[in-house]
Amino acid sequence: MTVALVDCESFYASCERIFRPDLKNKPIVVLSNNDGCVIAFSKEAKKMGISMGVPWFKVKKPFLKQKGQVFSSNFAFYGDMSARVMNILEGFVPKTEVYSIDEAFLDFDTLKQNYDLYDFSCHIRSLIKQWTGIPVRIGIAPNKTLSKIAISEIKRRNIPTSVLYLSNDKEIKNALKNTPVHKIWGVGRRLNEHLTSAGINTALDLTKISPQHIRTKFSIVLERTVRELRGEKCLTIENNIESKKQIIVSRSFGERVSNFETLRPIVSNFAVRAAEKLRSEKQKCSQVSVFVKTSPFNKAKPQHAEIKTIKLFTPTNDTRNILIAAKKGLLSIFRLGYDYAKAGIILNKFSNEKTKQYSLFQDPDEPKENMKFMNYIDQINTQETQIYFASQNTKTWSPMKQNMTSPRYTTNWHELPKVN
Amino acid sequence: MKVDYIGKISEENLPAIFVPYFLESVHAGFPSPASDYIESPIDLNKHLIKNGAATFLVRAQGQSMAGSGITDQAVLIVDRSIKPSHNSIVVATLDGEFVCKRLKLKPKMCLMPDNPDYPPIFINNGQELEIVGTVTAAINKF
Repeated sequence: MTVALVDCESFYASCERIFRPDLKNKPIVVLSNNDGCVIAFSKEAKKMGISMGVPWFKVKKPFLKQKGQVFSSNFAFYGDMSARVMNILEGFVPKTEVYSIDEAFLDFDTLKQNYDLYDFSCHIRSLIKQWTGIPVRIGIAPNKTLSKIAISEIKRRNIPTSVLYLSNDKEIKNALKNTPVHKIWGVGRRLNEHLTSAGINTALDLTKISPQHIRTKFSIVLERTVRELRGEKCLTIENNIESKKQIIVSRSFGERVSNFETLRPIVSNFAVRAAEKLRSEKQKCSQVSVFVKTSPFNKAKPQHAEIKTIKLFTPTNDTRNILIAAKKGLLSIFRLGYDYAKAGIILNKFSNEKTKQYSLFQDPDEPKENMKFMNYIDQINTQETQIYFASQNTKTWSPMKQNMTSPRYTTNWHELPKVN
Repeated sequence: MKVDYIGKISEENLPAIFVPYFLESVHAGFPSPASDYIESPIDLNKHLIKNGAATFLVRAQGQSMAGSGITDQAVLIVDRSIKPSHNSIVVATLDGEFVCKRLKLKPKMCLMPDNPDYPPIFINNGQELEIVGTVTAAINKF
């Protein structure tokens, strides 16, 4: 079994550079929705000390002073560039799994007989760079977890070809020795604390513990990770992407919100958007959560963060039912006297739209379900006229504050790149 | 297909077996004499774009390439996967800007406008020229 992971180098920043030749070798950062924090940066920006997730206001001054270029996120453009890269990969490798907007796993098993995998990867890399302008790294290894490690080795060792093949035990061992546990795929902050306090600091340390022990002491998920680090293959390349397990619509506000009359319409907007996404996935949910949060950066002001989960008797994807749940949730967590900076809606506990589950007991207020009606609304809302629900904020459909977005170079006739 | 008139039938005494027969012949109607010759309609995308993942559209500004049929505001189809050769029309980056010109590799490499009002652009030492892709078509709207 041989797997390759293709990882686009600082993807959003690389996209921004494609049609801006003047930004070659310049520091670039891309901000989250609402320009809250840095979600991507070029290596030049990294050298300036920019790190993932840092709030923009904290680094803005020195960054701009050093002639850095900042962009609001432009997902229409990134999505198109991502599709191009994935398309090229699918043209070369029969089995690929798009793992995220900037990563894909490739099944190299079928190619093994006919190609030198390292040369083949170098060829794909230069082709993607030439065809799309996006630089990629390619890590080749016996399984997915190790291919992730290969990618972080390329970064750590700054390998100029951006391709690394962990083909033998010695190389794998060496890479594991240099991988701190928090860099292992699937190891989060909490697990990292557990492991380091148990004296397990590197991926190599982890491989020395028996998988059975890991399973009883930690989890079956970590056991699988350990097995993969030891070279076994536990995770397969999934051609079909599983349908989502939760939908989150959440945003930081442009301005702080402290009254219910302003907050509710914003939360309704999130609920409407979340319900739309749910229907496009052909799913229903039976749990709606609402959360509100003050800004952790404004320490002088009182802080409040709370989440409320509303369980539904009958799964639904009807916006009206989700709006009712959202209101219920918001009413129970909203408190006067706080400057809220962020809110959101989370939908989960999904079931397929077509399978109807009846609850054992009659739902006292059996929700109105009208899929046909909702589908009509969805169709209308793809056009320019919009249908809103009464509790929505129609003036500013999203409270986004984005003013540094690059043109939609590849998806809008009016915003094509210009040449002289 | 030939359709025979089989007589009037009322709903009450319609023999079961007649139903599919009746449905079928009426449903099919007369086949279009063109049905054997149906081709998919002309697709401009297919005609103009060979490699979608590597093709970008850009908008031309100015008249420097008027001689090649590229007028101001024309949409250019740029294929990054086609290697340019002598005389190819290319999009290149020069000093941090995009330009569209004809690439001349001999006698001396330069970017040649297709309009006598514009001088050729020679690449000086220290200047960086990068060919982005080959222009395969221009769409001028009237």
